[in-house]
Amino acid sequence: MNNTGLEFEKPILEFEKKINELKELASLLKTDLSSEIKALDKRLLKAKRAAYSNLTPWQKVLVSKVPERPSSANYIDSLMRNKVELFGDRIFGDDSAIIGGLGNFRGQDVVFLGQEVGRDTKERLARNFGLMHPEGYRKALRLMKLAEKFGKPVITFVDTQGAHPGIEAEERGQALAIAENLAQMSALEVPIVCIVIGWGGSGGALGIGVADRILMLEHAVYSVCPPETCSQILWRDNEHAVEAAEALKLTASELLELGIIDEVIQEPLGGAHRDPKLTVYRVGRALKRNLGALLSIDKDELLEQRYQKYRDMGSAELS
Amino acid sequence: MANTENTVQKTECPVCKEAFSKEELAQTHKVCPKCNYHYPMGVQERIKLIIDSGTFVQYDEDMESTNPLNFPQYKEKLAKDRELTGLKESVVTGEGLIDGLPAVIGVTDYRFRMGSMGAVLGEKITKCIELAMEKRLPVVIFSSSGGGARMQEGMLSLMQMAKTSAACMKLRKAGLLYLDVLSYRSFAGVMASFAGLGDIIIAEPGTRIGFTGERGRASINQKLPEGFQKAEFMIERGMIDMIVQRKDMKAVLADLLDFFSQVEPK
Repeated sequence: MNNTGLEFEKPILEFEKKINELKELASLLKTDLSSEIKALDKRLLKAKRAAYSNLTPWQKVLVSKVPERPSSANYIDSLMRNKVELFGDRIFGDDSAIIGGLGNFRGQDVVFLGQEVGRDTKERLARNFGLMHPEGYRKALRLMKLAEKFGKPVITFVDTQGAHPGIEAEERGQALAIAENLAQMSALEVPIVCIVIGWGGSGGALGIGVADRILMLEHAVYSVCPPETCSQILWRDNEHAVEAAEALKLTASELLELGIIDEVIQEPLGGAHRDPKLTVYRVGRALKRNLGALLSIDKDELLEQRYQKYRDMGSAELS
Repeated sequence: MANTENTVQKTECPVCKEAFSKEELAQTHKVCPKCNYHYPMGVQERIKLIIDSGTFVQYDEDMESTNPLNFPQYKEKLAKDRELTGLKESVVTGEGLIDGLPAVIGVTDYRFRMGSMGAVLGEKITKCIELAMEKRLPVVIFSSSGGGARMQEGMLSLMQMAKTSAACMKLRKAGLLYLDVLSYRSFAGVMASFAGLGDIIIAEPGTRIGFTGERGRASINQKLPEGFQKAEFMIERGMIDMIVQRKDMKAVLADLLDFFSQVEPK
C-alpha cells in the first residue's frame, strides 16, 4: 500500500486499508473472511479504474513525482545483468544524479544511463534529487562515446526536474555541456533508446534524451517548463498550475499525438507505484522490441532516420 | 527614462545613468559613450552594422507560427511583438557579404518573445545551416535570446534544441565554419543548443550567458559572485573564446572568415 497523499487516490487508499485490516483480522481470529475480502477487492478495482482511467494532466504531474514510483535504479537493477557501474567525467568529477555503466539486457550488451532521483531522503540528498551538473552530462557523453567505439546500443532513463540551476553548474558550463550532448547524440553511430519514466524536465532531460526511439510511461510527463513556472508567467501567480499543465501538453498521450515520442507504455492500474514489478516488466518488453528493431537497421540509415526524426519536429506546424 | 533638454530626447544609460540623445547613441551603434554599456540591438540594426550594404538576401521571410498547441494568450503576444519589431518571428536568416566575404547569417532578436525558440526559429536556423552546407558557405549566427525554448509551443519548442544541434553537428562534420556571436543575453534552450556549439564563440562586452536565468535560480537562494554570468566572468572560466567590442565586430568576423577560408577542405 502506498500513501501518496494524492487527493484523488483517497477512495483507493480507503479500500486498501480496509482490505489490509480484514486480512489481519482473519489471521488473528483464524476465520475465513475471503468472500468479504473478495468483495472489497472488486470495489478497490472499481475505485482504481474510476481514479486512473481519466487522469487530468495535473494529476499526472502529481503521479509522476510519487516517491514510491520506480526510479532509474529499479529498472537498471532489474533489467541489466552483469552490471558494471562506471563513474566520472575525467574532467571534474562524478555526478551521482546520473547512474551509468555496462550491462547485458536480454542477451544484448548495452551501455545504460539513468537520472536517479533517489529512493529515500538520504539518497535523494546524495543524488541531488536527480538534478545533474555539467560533469553529469559529460560523464554521460563519455559513456556514450565508449558505447559507440565498441558498437553497443545505448539505453537512457529520463527522470529529472531539470538540470541543476546553481552557481557552480553555470561556472562549469551547464549550457555548453547540454548542447554538446545534443549534438553528439544526434550523430552517435549506435542505436539509442530513451524511456521517460517519471518527470522529463526540459533541457535537463533532453541532455540524455536524444534518441532513435523515445518511449514514455503512461503517467510520466515531459515538459518545456514546470506548470508552476508557466502559471507565474501567464497568470502571475501560483494558483493556475492546473490550467498550465493542460496548456503545456505534457502528457504521454498528447506527446505521442504531437509526434514528440514514439510509444506509450501502459502502467499497471493505479499507477507504476502500485506495481513496480509489473511496470519494470512492461518497460523491459517495450525496450526489447524497440532495440531489436533498431539493431536490424544499417548504420547510415539509422543516422539519417534519426536526423530526419528531429528535422521534422515542428515543421508541419508552420505556415 | 526619457528626459527633455532643449527638446532633444535623451535616453538614460541603465548602468551609468548618463543621458545621451538618439543621434549620439546611433553614432556609437548603441554603445554608451561613457561606460561602454552595449545596449541590446534589434535584427535590422545588426544586419546593417555587419552585412555589406545591399548584399543581404533573406530566407523564409514569411514563415510564421500557427500556435500549434492553441496556447492561451499566445496569438495576441505574437501579434504585439510583430507590430513592435516589424518581424514575423524572433529570427531572421539569409546570406550576404561581410567585408566582401560570403556567409550564411542568422540573427535572433531579444525584442520578439525575448528571442525565444519555437518551431519557426528552430526551422529557420536548421534550414539556413543546411543551405550553408549545400553552398559550402560558413555560418555566422548572432544570438540575443533571454528566453530559451518558447513555453507557448511546449515540447515542440524543446525539440528544436535537438533539431538545431543536429544541424550544427552536420555542419561540423562537413568541415564548415560556424562563428557564434552572443550579445545582450544568451540563455537556456538557445545557449544549450545551437548558440553553445560554435567553432568560435564570441561575446559582446557585458553579455549575460548561461543556462539558468534569474527566475530558475530563485529556488536555489545562493549569493551570486560579482559579475556572475557576464561575458567577462564566463571567459575567465573558459566558456567562450573572445570578447569583442561592437565597433570592432565586423572587422573581427571578416578576419576570422578570411583565416578559415584558407583551410577549408576541398
